[in-house]
Formats: sequence, structure tokens, C-alpha cells
Amino acid sequence: MNPMRTAAAKRRALAGLAVSAVVIGALTACTGSDGGPTSADTDIDAALEAGGTLTYWSWTPQAEAQVAAFEKAYPKVDVELVNAGTGNDEYTKLQNAIAAGTGGPDVAQVEYYALPQFALTDSLVDLAPYGFGDLEADYTPSTWGAVTVGDAVYGLPQDSGPIAMFYNKRIFDQFGIAVPTTWDEYLAAAEKLHAADPTKYITSDTGDAGFTTTMIWQAAGHPFQADGDKVTIDLQDAGSKKWADTWNQLLEKDLLAPVPGWSDEWFKGLADGTVATLIIGAWMPGVLEGSVPDASGDWAVAPAPSYDGKPAGAENGGGGQVVLKQSSNPALAAGFLKWLNNSDESVKVFLDGGGFPSTTADISSPDFLGVESDYFGGQKINEVLAAAAEAPSSDWYYLPYQVYANSIFGDTVGQAYANKTDLNAGLQAWQDALVEYGDKQGFTVNK
Amino acid sequence: MTAPALVRRPVRKDRKSVALTIVMALFLIYTLVPLLWLLFSSTKTQAGLFSSFGLWFADDFSFFQNLVDTLTYRDGIFVRWLGNTLLYVVVGAGGATLLATLAGYGLAKFSFPGRRAVFAVVLGAIAVPGTALAVPTFLMFSQLHLTNTPWAIIIPSLISPFGLYLIWVYAVDAVPTELLEAARMDGAGEFRTFATISVRLLAPGIVTVLLFTVVATWNNYFLPLIMLSKPELYPLTVGLNQWNSQATGVAAEPIYNLVIMGSLLTIVPIVVAFLFLQRFWQSGLSAGSVKQ
Repeated sequence: MNPMRTAAAKRRALAGLAVSAVVIGALTACTGSDGGPTSADTDIDAALEAGGTLTYWSWTPQAEAQVAAFEKAYPKVDVELVNAGTGNDEYTKLQNAIAAGTGGPDVAQVEYYALPQFALTDSLVDLAPYGFGDLEADYTPSTWGAVTVGDAVYGLPQDSGPIAMFYNKRIFDQFGIAVPTTWDEYLAAAEKLHAADPTKYITSDTGDAGFTTTMIWQAAGHPFQADGDKVTIDLQDAGSKKWADTWNQLLEKDLLAPVPGWSDEWFKGLADGTVATLIIGAWMPGVLEGSVPDASGDWAVAPAPSYDGKPAGAENGGGGQVVLKQSSNPALAAGFLKWLNNSDESVKVFLDGGGFPSTTADISSPDFLGVESDYFGGQKINEVLAAAAEAPSSDWYYLPYQVYANSIFGDTVGQAYANKTDLNAGLQAWQDALVEYGDKQGFTVNK
Repeated sequence: MTAPALVRRPVRKDRKSVALTIVMALFLIYTLVPLLWLLFSSTKTQAGLFSSFGLWFADDFSFFQNLVDTLTYRDGIFVRWLGNTLLYVVVGAGGATLLATLAGYGLAKFSFPGRRAVFAVVLGAIAVPGTALAVPTFLMFSQLHLTNTPWAIIIPSLISPFGLYLIWVYAVDAVPTELLEAARMDGAGEFRTFATISVRLLAPGIVTVLLFTVVATWNNYFLPLIMLSKPELYPLTVGLNQWNSQATGVAAEPIYNLVIMGSLLTIVPIVVAFLFLQRFWQSGLSAGSVKQ
């Protein structure tokens, strides 16, 4: 009876079908000849001069202005911008187009968590022959790591989401709560706040795969490893357990607002203080300013709590752009991509639109760091967020079928959230489902 | 449906059942509360949605502002989606009803070799949910280079096994074979018989099938979701979902007030169509029940 449920189930079914089609496609594609581009093909400046047409799939609000600026700079290139859907909807369409062998764009926006799925199934152009390997120093290590596999470069990072703690300072002051720096302090703050006013919660979390993977990342967990077709999944490693044991205490004591992220109630909770903190990517200020204007002046930013009080980083959200193998003019597509995510002009448009940079030059520029945000009561938030981007973080890999994995999160870990039971059991159930699915898709999982 | 009443049953006295009334009332509330929520919410601004009770008005009344914003957001893409949906419904559902009527009538009133095989195929087709066929259809259509065109939605919508079956079953009883024979005796051709006699007798069945196919095409979500990637071709269902998902993640731009107004505008035509066609439908049901 729940339309959302059915829609989710359909999406899941489709994601499954699409992935299997892609894996089969990738296996058969191996037999084809792959001569690799010659130097004449990889001259992106010549391609930009010669011109042509490109299709670019993106849902970022800044894309329109960026494409307009690009076409002005390169009048011979015509870019058709298509919003083919947000996140999962776009990936489904990409997978289908890849399976069908036609219908895909030249350049597409793909979030970091979904990138391995396309990269490891041989659907993306390796941009190293186009000289993209030299761009490594321009990007933060975690975003560069997210678009590369070994020496292969499968895209360029657009934004990044180093985690920070956004907290409602008005509520914190009202109830005399100190800003927590460790997770133990965070738990104590959660209890104090909810005891003082039962309508207020430290944060909201009804089960979100992106959040959970980020938190395991911060706890130095390595639940996913992939080496070719061999995949290792261990959602009960030390880091995963550490996070689950911490979060269990919030869950079992009813200290999490029962409000799904990104729902209208959630935005409402951010405005009225029901949701007092968010552990979320550094791209959040733009969302708060744009969509929660009523809470202007209430919010502040602090480093995310850690287990030992020392800075510990992880990424939440963010993504980049890739060139599809289907593209009939990959050199031109690469040229557009390089301009899009590596030129000052384009990056400026992106940042002015509220994005958080992945380019080290922008993150460390005095202009960026010195911005005093009116919304955040004059706080220099970028200093905190830039420090978050530099906080030491462990290596992290997503599954080559992370899009599917995230789509079944609600059926497994989500059940533990719903029943307020041990998250470790939920993680184990997620792992079991992922091992089974991976084996069926032709991967060798945990063997 | 059409069996003549041989024995006239005594008219039952109107008895009032408290239990039935309660069940009915509960069902009514269950059905109407979401609609009421939609109506109230359509009068609110984005901020008002977040700060007011769902089943009453917010402080500021912005129904007309929402209406204007919905129709003009992104150069009036909503109007485009509405036009697309109408196109898919008129051609798709209209075509499906026409084909179902022709085929169902033919199968009911003419005997030819292979009829039972057709029957089995149609029954089998009813058992396969359209969702399961969406991906194979997509792969087939992309080889024909029909994805990302209106045909990708219209062609699959033209086939309604359930409608065919319904017309078939209905035609067996609603169109007396004796009548057809009489028409033939009088020298009417098969086509004329069909157009002047059978279609009229089949009208209630046709309207029923039309109703089903219109609703199915109007609400079609999954097929256009995977077939189309250009927003200019989207029907309302997929377009509204795109607006809705704008509220999620990096660079989120929630426009819930427009999503709600858009949803309201989306259901109005279907409610009107239902009320309008229902009159034919009801009168048809009773018309067929007594042999004159």
C-alpha cells in the first residue's frame, strides 16, 4: 500500500537487472580489441578547436551556467545539457544505456560512491592517456582517490564532502550543552538535550547508507575491498563495529529523531531545532542557506567528533564527472571535462553556486578561508571545513555494486533502525545479502 | 453480469448496519485524508509547509502564487509535461481501447483456427506484470533507436491484454449472435454491423476498458522512467519525481510547494475523467442486465 515502498522495490529490481546486464556486457567486452588511443586522438586542445557536439548529463544547479560559459569560450563546441535524474535515477539510466550499447551521454555526473560500479565494469574512458594523470596535485587526496583505480583516471572530481558537525548553536546555548569533540561527549550531549526537552534530538537518522558508510570510514573501517572480480566484504571489522557500538547507544535509548533525511519534516526539524546537529559533508552550508532560511543565525560548524578527540576525517557525498566509452568523441569530451572541473572560470561558477571545492588551490585560498558567513552568525566556516578536508583519514573503497548495495540498506540495516535493535546484526544481514548478490553477479566474494 | 433474473427477489427492507457504517466511514477517512492534506498543503509556501499542521491552512495563503510558480518554473516545463501526458493518454490509451475492442469482438464472435491459442496467449500476457517487461522492452527499443522518443511510451501502451480479455468476455453475452445473424440476413456487411450495432451494445465495456487504460497510461511511471532521459519528453509522473528528488543531497533545492501543487494538478484531470466516464459505465452495467 505504500507507494514509496513499491517505487523503491521497483528501482531496486531495476538496479539489479541493470547491473547484471552491465557485468555480462563487461565480460563480453573483454574479447573486443582495445587498441587504446593514439597521441593524435588524445590531443584535447585540437579536439576543442575542431569542435563538435556533446551530451552532458548532470543534475547540479550550476551546470547550466557552466555550460553557457564553456560554449562562450569554445564556440565551435555545442553541449546539450540534460538533467536525466538525480543520483540513482540517473545511474539506472546510465546502466541501461550502457547495457543497450547506445543512448548514453558523452559526459556524466557520477557521485563517488557510484563511480567504481561504472569504472570497474569497463564503461568509462581511462583519461590517463589524455594527460589527466598530471592533474593529481590539483585535487585533495580523498577525491583523487575516489576517481582513480591504480594509474587509471576515470573522471575528475567536482566537489567534496569532508565531514563536519553542523550544530544549532541557539539550542546548544539554551540547554547549556558544550560542543562535543569526542563521540562519548556527543552521546552525553544527546542524553542531556533529550532529557531537557523530549521534543529535541541530537540528530536524525532513520538509516541512510551514505551516512553509515561515511561513519565507518571515519572509524577507520575497511568493510569493502575489491581487486578485479575478487571482492571482500567485512561489515564486522574493527571500524564497523566501533561505529555500530557507538550508534547503538543513540538508537536503543531513542535519542535519534524519527525523521527521514531530506523529507519535509527533516527540513522543518532543521529550522525549529528538533534536529540539533548534523554530521554531514561540507557542502551542507549551501543547502541550509537556500532551504532553511528561517534558521539563519542559529547554526554553527565544528569539527566532527572523533573516537579519541584527535581530528579524523571522512567524506560524505560529493562526486565528479566521467567520460563514457560510448562517447563518439572522447577527446572532445575529455576537453570539456577538463575545462569543467579544472579551469578557474568553471570552478568559480560552481563555488558561487554553493558547492564545496575538491581543488586544493581553492580550499587553501585566503579568499575562501576568510569568508564570514552571515547565515552562520559571521563564523568563518570555511576554516573549519578546510581543516576537515585535511584531517587524516584512512583509505576507503566502495563496492563495485555500491548503488545496489545502498538500495537494499533499508531492508537490512534499516530493519535494525526501525526495530531499535543491534546495528551489528543489521550490518551482518547487509553483508550476507551483498555476498549473495555479488556471487550471483559473477564476482568472487569473500573466497 | 448479464444473466436474466428469472425469479424476482422480494425487495429487501433497508436495514441499517452499524458495523458497515463504521467500516465505510473509516474507509472514507482513509481515502479522503491524503486528498485533504494535498488540498491544504497546496495553499502553503515552502516555509509554511515546514511550520504548520498538515490538515489546516498556514498563516499565508499562496495557492495562486503556487499555481503560477508551478506553471512557469523552468520555462513552464510543467505545461510541457502535461501536454506529453495528454498525448500519451490520447494516443496510447485511445489506441489500446480501439485495438482491444476490435480484437476482443473478433475473438468473441468469429470462430477461426487458433482461437484457443490466442486465448492462452492473452491470459498469459495478463499474468506478466508490465514492470517485468520494462527492461527487455527498453533493450529492444534501443536497438530500434526508439528510446527517448514518444513512441517508446505510446507503442507499449497500445497493448492491453486485460482490456482485450474484458471486451471478449463482455461481447460474448452483450452482443447476441442472433442479432448479428439478423443483420447479415438484412444485407449489412461485417464492418457495418460492427460499427452500427455491436459498438453500441459494447459501449459500456468499451468505456470500462477506456477508463482502465486511461488511468494506467496517466499513472505510468516505470516505463517512461527508463525509456526517456530527456526532460522535455517526460510525462507528469516522472517529471514530478524529478522535482521531488531535487530536495536530496548535495546542492539540494527543495521545491515541495511546487511538487504538491503539481500533484494536485495531475490528479484533477483523472478525477474528472473518472466522474465523467463513470456515468456511462454505470448506466451500461444496468442496461445489459435485463433482456428486453
